[in-house]
Amino acid sequence: MSRTHLGLPTFPQAARLSTRDEQLRANLRHATSTIRTKRATATSELSDWPQLRAAGAAIKDHTLHHLDHYLEQLETAVTTAGGTVHWAIDADDANRIITDLIHATGESEVVKVKSMATQETGLNEALTQAGITAYETDLAELIVQLDNDRPSHILVPAIHKNRTQIRDIFHTRMGAWGRPAPDDLTDTPADLAEAARLHLREKFLRTKVAISGANFMIAETGTMVVLESEGNGRMCLTLPDTLITLVGIEKTIPTWRDLEVFLQTLPRSSTAERMNPYTTTWTGTTLGDGPQTFHLVLLDNGRTDTLADTTGRQALRCIRCSACLNVCPVYERAGGHAYGTPYPGPIGAILTPQLHGTTTPLNASLPYASTLCGACYDVCPVAINIPEVLVHLRERITQGGPTTTNGTKTTIKPAKRHTTERTTMRTAAWTLNHPAAWTATQRLTTRTRALHPRRLPGKTARAWTATRDLPPVPARTFRDWWQHRDADAKDTPQ
Amino acid sequence: MRVALFVTCVNDVLYPDTGRAVVTLLERLGVDVDFPTGQSCCGQPQYNTGYRHQTEPLVHRYATVFTDYDYIVTPSGSCAAMVRDNYPKIAQRATAEGRESGLSRAAAAAVPKTYELTEFLVDVLGVTDVGAYFPHTVTYHPSCHGLRTLGLGDRPHRLLQAVRGITLRELPAADECCGFGGTFAIKNPDVSTAMGHDKITHALTTGADILCGADNSCLMHLHGLITRQHTPLHTVHLAEILASTKEHPYTPATKAGNLR
Amino acid sequence: MTTTSRDEILRRVRQALGDQPGTTPDPTTIPRTYQTTHATRTPEQRTHLLADNLTDYRAHVHHTDTTALPTTIARLLTDHGTRSAVIPPGVPTDWLSATTGIHIHHDHGELTAHQLDTIDTVITGCALAIAETGTIVLDTSPDQGRRILTLVPDHHICIINTPTQVVDSLPQALPHLDPTHPLTWISGPSATSDIELDRVEGVHGPRTLDVILIHDNRD
Repeated sequence: MSRTHLGLPTFPQAARLSTRDEQLRANLRHATSTIRTKRATATSELSDWPQLRAAGAAIKDHTLHHLDHYLEQLETAVTTAGGTVHWAIDADDANRIITDLIHATGESEVVKVKSMATQETGLNEALTQAGITAYETDLAELIVQLDNDRPSHILVPAIHKNRTQIRDIFHTRMGAWGRPAPDDLTDTPADLAEAARLHLREKFLRTKVAISGANFMIAETGTMVVLESEGNGRMCLTLPDTLITLVGIEKTIPTWRDLEVFLQTLPRSSTAERMNPYTTTWTGTTLGDGPQTFHLVLLDNGRTDTLADTTGRQALRCIRCSACLNVCPVYERAGGHAYGTPYPGPIGAILTPQLHGTTTPLNASLPYASTLCGACYDVCPVAINIPEVLVHLRERITQGGPTTTNGTKTTIKPAKRHTTERTTMRTAAWTLNHPAAWTATQRLTTRTRALHPRRLPGKTARAWTATRDLPPVPARTFRDWWQHRDADAKDTPQ
Repeated sequence: MRVALFVTCVNDVLYPDTGRAVVTLLERLGVDVDFPTGQSCCGQPQYNTGYRHQTEPLVHRYATVFTDYDYIVTPSGSCAAMVRDNYPKIAQRATAEGRESGLSRAAAAAVPKTYELTEFLVDVLGVTDVGAYFPHTVTYHPSCHGLRTLGLGDRPHRLLQAVRGITLRELPAADECCGFGGTFAIKNPDVSTAMGHDKITHALTTGADILCGADNSCLMHLHGLITRQHTPLHTVHLAEILASTKEHPYTPATKAGNLR
Repeated sequence: MTTTSRDEILRRVRQALGDQPGTTPDPTTIPRTYQTTHATRTPEQRTHLLADNLTDYRAHVHHTDTTALPTTIARLLTDHGTRSAVIPPGVPTDWLSATTGIHIHHDHGELTAHQLDTIDTVITGCALAIAETGTIVLDTSPDQGRRILTLVPDHHICIINTPTQVVDSLPQALPHLDPTHPLTWISGPSATSDIELDRVEGVHGPRTLDVILIHDNRD
């Protein structure tokens, strides 16, 4: 719970700038439209996609409904297989456990596989403070780290950069971190990948400690599963002596067999491939092969609070494929940084306010960062009804109500910022439920129509009329016409 | 067959021509359509903004007003989706909170007889050629709730294809949202405007004169952007195209004196 | 301290699930109406699909039989310009009977990552291959060796016996695999989609993947 962002702009404030960044808009338009088309092709190859989607949702729901049982089963299996299991209640807890584990090895540098959980806890910053250097090894994470930037996408954290920008970052920044980029580096993706290969290889070969996340944890066997493309994951999971894996508790699935669903749906939903180039599964430690010390750190950090919400808990089904980001028209225009958290896009808009509460202005703005168009729900491989949860969270903000914070049941008050809106909605709802008042309101609107300007003063109205004309108000309402249509029949041919 | 028109609050006040077009169209097809005047709003603005409790009286009102009808027809995909997708959820939530008070029955009564206009035409009346005439070049934007929540599919296209004189143009990226989203347009004006501009750009590339939709709230947003930009494009509700005939061609005259 | 976090997390989970009946979980109740395979195929069709999907993801697929296998391997090593290669202990020595002029390392668990980084090629068998996804699975059996062997050298030659080692689909593959062994699932050479969300081959894992399909029952 330690990563609150009091100082960050709200979503609309950030989007005001990002929607005007033509380069960013072009980069995102290009990348998301490429992947959208490919995803549609990859999923259409499977005639049983709806059944796989339903099974994925059912497996996740089943696990969540018995999460205590499966976590204990997982702990036993991992321990039996030679691993050590740690439990972290929040980000600080996780960072402290991992820092201590690294200190115990005597090492001062680690290689990292891309991990959303470590971004969520701010692990790299915590390690820096403890005198430990963490090297990101995923290509996009490397780009972000070299540029001292923030990730803007779950799968492709540097999606906001195009190839030329990446070339420039490699040129100017790689030398400060290790092997510099070649002087004649071009911006072709193959050359950029080659530069990353050379830069990171020395780090893979010498580093003794690795940190990873996991896509799935199998309770019955204690098996960890990591899907990746580049081979940096295999390097980190195979070469070092010590492996520390930080995983959210919701990544548990019951059985080995359950992989038959997710290994079909996850690659197709994320990189739009039949299968990602590399998947590694490991169970505890194996004598003579791979890290001989394995620590699993199980992370709560707001997940149990989310689990307590019967509508919102479906967000915990998420397998971090990022298909919802790639189809989201709001994400495409605002960019990932506007969401201000490691989880951007539609899933972030329902996950962040649940994991960390709706008290900051930024988090309270996230559930409104959607037109409720439903494209995210359509593509979600575990059928998370994101629009439904968005509306539910809007209600939590405007109306308050029962919720769970840090494991304690509480009732939150309606947000102060919505006082005017609340009054308007109450008045409107009352009027709409009282026909005489509704008719009178309509009459007033039509009779004063000549007075209605095309642009209005006031903050709310300006939000509409700064770019849009108001619709002209016709002389008569429909009901007025209907009630007089017989009398009007002579005048009106229709 | 007792058929009621649910015109929707937005159409009632701002787009009465759409309501009149539905009446004209249905009567031409031999349907005796009624307009119970106790109707107001489906509650979508309240519900989607987070005011579920304020929506509950409107669920009751909707069910009560339309009790005596077999079919409720509405020229709005998002209002039909509000009733069919959200009324049951509102009832469930109220029940879970111990405030059921007849909401489940109200929702159960309202949901199965609520039809979006193109569903009613194609599925209930079984027609795709409604005898319309509309000699213009048209591109169709399928609004999100009709497209995804209701699954209208190709019904609007089949109806438009049967219109005489029409030239239909396929809208690029048709399934992408226009950026209206109710209060989204106010709370996130920059993203909303960016999405709307992209939609209009796509519509212009088709060479169409008319951007047609089945939801006037989306068209209100797009029309607002179009007139501000002085773009040569008109927005027209699908019902008004289907109501148009050689004898009584579409005319935007009553919409507003200063338009077009 | 971690005991406290453990107990607190489990307490929070149980409190959060207050609406759920506290019954013993039964995963067999999960609806699995999806298909176990997406087509009925003859063994030849299955192998053909595997070859197509491997090729689609830029693996180089070669067809041979047991007799000609050593020649095929020798040719691939020459074509790649291999000067040194490594084989795990369970690779049959006759696989390399036609190979000359190349230094062969026999791994018995002692080669370091730095040493492997100077070796051009690794030659292995596999546990099985999945036709529908174009995937090869390695399970560290003696003919595949330690995971590091197939990771650090830049060129991997993988031999698959058809049709016996080829299954149709993921649901058919999982029962044959033992999760207590570390598994590596390979679908084409190393690749990335991190630049503009478009796939390019060749990052950290072997950048060249040669797959040899052995067909012994061909007429």
